Amino acid sequence: MIWVNAIVEGLLLGGLYALFACGLSLLFGVVGVINLAHGDLAVLGAYVAVAILPSTNTNALWALLFLPVIFAAFGYVSQRTVLQRSLDSGPLTTLLVTFGLSVVIQNALLEGFSADSHSLSVGSLTTSALHVNSTISISYLRLGILVVAIVVLAVVQLFLARTSTGRQIRAVADDGEAAAISGVNTRHVTGIAASIAFATVAVAGLAYGMYSQFTPTSGSSLLLFAFEAVIIGGLGSLWGTLAGGCVIGLAQTIGAQIDPTLGILMGHLVFLAILVVRPNGLIPARANA
Amino acid sequence: MTDASPVLVAAGLTVRHGQLTALHEVSIDVTPGEVLAVVGANGAGKSTLLRTLAGLHKPAAGTVTLDGEDITALHTDKRVGKGVVLVPEGRRLFPSMTVEENLQVGTTNRRAGDWDIDRVFELFPWMRDRRRQKTDHLSGGEQQVIAIGRALVANPRVLLLDEISLGLAPVIVQRIYETLPAMLSDGMAVLIVEQDVAQALRVASRFQCLLEGTATLAGKPTDYTSEQVEAAYFGFGSAAAS
Amino acid sequence: MTSAPVAAAAPSRPTRRIRRSTRVSRWAVLPALVVLVILALLPYILGQGSTSALVNFYILLILGVTWNMLAGYAGLVSVGQQAYIGIGAYAVLFLAQHGWEPFVALPVAAIFCAIAAIPISLIVFRLRGGYFAIATWTVAQVLALLTVRDAALGGGTGTNLPGLDGFDPTVLGAYTYWAALVVAIIALVGCYLLLRSRVGLALTAVRDDDVAARSVGVRVPRAKRAVYLAAAVGAGGAGGLIAISQINVQAGNVYGVQWSAYMIFIVLIGGIGTLEGPILGAIVFFTLQQTLASHGAWYLIIVGSIAVLMALFMQRGLWGLADRFGVRLFPVGYRVSGAPSTPAKDG
Repeated sequence: MIWVNAIVEGLLLGGLYALFACGLSLLFGVVGVINLAHGDLAVLGAYVAVAILPSTNTNALWALLFLPVIFAAFGYVSQRTVLQRSLDSGPLTTLLVTFGLSVVIQNALLEGFSADSHSLSVGSLTTSALHVNSTISISYLRLGILVVAIVVLAVVQLFLARTSTGRQIRAVADDGEAAAISGVNTRHVTGIAASIAFATVAVAGLAYGMYSQFTPTSGSSLLLFAFEAVIIGGLGSLWGTLAGGCVIGLAQTIGAQIDPTLGILMGHLVFLAILVVRPNGLIPARANA
Repeated sequence: MTDASPVLVAAGLTVRHGQLTALHEVSIDVTPGEVLAVVGANGAGKSTLLRTLAGLHKPAAGTVTLDGEDITALHTDKRVGKGVVLVPEGRRLFPSMTVEENLQVGTTNRRAGDWDIDRVFELFPWMRDRRRQKTDHLSGGEQQVIAIGRALVANPRVLLLDEISLGLAPVIVQRIYETLPAMLSDGMAVLIVEQDVAQALRVASRFQCLLEGTATLAGKPTDYTSEQVEAAYFGFGSAAAS
Repeated sequence: MTSAPVAAAAPSRPTRRIRRSTRVSRWAVLPALVVLVILALLPYILGQGSTSALVNFYILLILGVTWNMLAGYAGLVSVGQQAYIGIGAYAVLFLAQHGWEPFVALPVAAIFCAIAAIPISLIVFRLRGGYFAIATWTVAQVLALLTVRDAALGGGTGTNLPGLDGFDPTVLGAYTYWAALVVAIIALVGCYLLLRSRVGLALTAVRDDDVAARSVGVRVPRAKRAVYLAAAVGAGGAGGLIAISQINVQAGNVYGVQWSAYMIFIVLIGGIGTLEGPILGAIVFFTLQQTLASHGAWYLIIVGSIAVLMALFMQRGLWGLADRFGVRLFPVGYRVSGAPSTPAKDG
């Protein structure tokens, strides 16, 4: 029965990873940026919440009201300045620039907040759980995160599918040049895509902060998990990233059930195994070699 | 021929791709209501010329003027808003989107005018039936027509057609060109780039020949024999003036 | 148009020569040898603190030069080279625990990294671009997580390298220094030779245009794999040196992604795609590291910001400033000299 618990936990964790992966997928699919600073941006969001919220006991859910908006603006500006510029220089440059920014963010956070771990309070939500039966209990917080992840994915998906701006975003993702000759202001549209991606990162960072302790260097592992989710789920499909996130989450929780130290390793091994087994290798839609 | 003054004027365009000079001081102009055919062999610079007019390449020298306004530095999407719209080589439809969505994207920065999605459906009724289909299921000829439709809904003043015959059966190409007059609402100018010289000269009121990036023979199709045009196309003898 | 009498004489035509070196590179050889001799003598002149600091410099140099070869020439942007630093360090540890002399274990560990790189390359080469980068990072993480499970290798907390107790500390410091110098020279010479060879020419073609290179018969995957293996050896050598110089081997350190950060920053600052660039970058990075060391995380913030700015605005790096004048210390290109032939006079 503990296995059922592990499976449930894994699926819930998948929601969190999907939240991370969503922004990553948007940034790469639309903007063409491989954002190696993605995990650190989420952690940055969590730290911003720590800084802005009046006290450590304030329920961090309040941060959901303002943090995504701040990050959306931050994302738009970043895209139109730094990221666009690095894209113009070539795919190699964006990798290096975002990696460099990752290091700068991590160390700036270390300077600002020290290496101590923090966490975001959600009051009684932290420990309350739904007790299905004597052995299976589902944490309301984690369930909430999964629900939020699904809602965010659904909203982004609807936005992309139904709105004019969403259509323009999809057009740019398909073929930026063709979009331009159709009248789409690609610079502005990629900025919008980036701001959506950054907003999701803010939500993901808050969720992570509520879910677990975090330190300035937590972002690196989050980045890997998010990328693994995107690669497994397939680029271009937001629901695929949810599936991918669940695969990673399940691997981690089942691994941890076998042996507490095995969790993260199992996730990585499953990812590498999938890489090996896929017969043609993985060729994402916008492979930049 | 309604208006005699040219709507789009390119003067002395020089465009480089890395170390290669694709266009060398090419000047061209097109007046409302006329069809100008740019012909030349592979690599002559025809597509580069159209793409530069559309704003996809920055010229190293020269200017592009629309109704007297210098648009040389204007972004591609802004040019669409001013009425310069390109139907690119290879069609370049959005593969993840349906027929209707492709057309809708074309309306993003449209000018006011008679053309809209409904009118495109009237011109090509089969499109209305297939409008919810993904475009990659359609034939080359159908895709080409959709690409043209995507450009039309922006209400262009100058329509640039880049090698629309590429990869299509001649009979399909002919049918597409037959709809050209219906597309030309009053005042639209059309610039076509074609490798199939005979087809181009059939529909064009004027032509311009390019040879290795330089403008050579130009004029009305009726002014020259086919041998003279052929010579200019391939760069033989006296017709290849530089 | 009779040219019979003239045709009897051979038409004069100056010959063309293909040369590898430039004038600067030929002049640079003698000073370079002098510098080498001086470097070799430094342990006799400097104190132990300085020599051990210089060991760190050589390690950075090795990492920068090999990463540059990987990313700048083969186009393989890896953020997982620390996998081989780790393998190298732990291989030395393992061998030392089984009675090997650490300095003897060092080259063996480096070669072992090449062997380990083969199956790893089979996995990671399935991806391109950013996905390749992430996969390399993941591999490094996996190796770290696997290594800490072994208590004999020190588990999570690390362990000391045996076999070095018999040495007098100053002598050990000197031996470590020379080992580091030798590995650095081997790394530089190795990269130079590789890039000068057919593989190097192939890579430059690949770097310029992958598809075109393939179409003229360049064996692209093979060339890339060769470079990947060579870079693994380099990183492995650096890892072994880290183990020897720090004496303590700890997974979190040797498998840490900060090593990739250092490599990348060195190459970004010095200049990607030339051999001289990473050398300059290593010097600058090392200097900044030493001067800002007391300010905690600031040195990485500053160096990282400089690297990002250089990536955005000065892609050729600091060496790119000199390169503009065609200055090359390491002749890896080809130069055609001699006037173009004048046509024989036959109308």
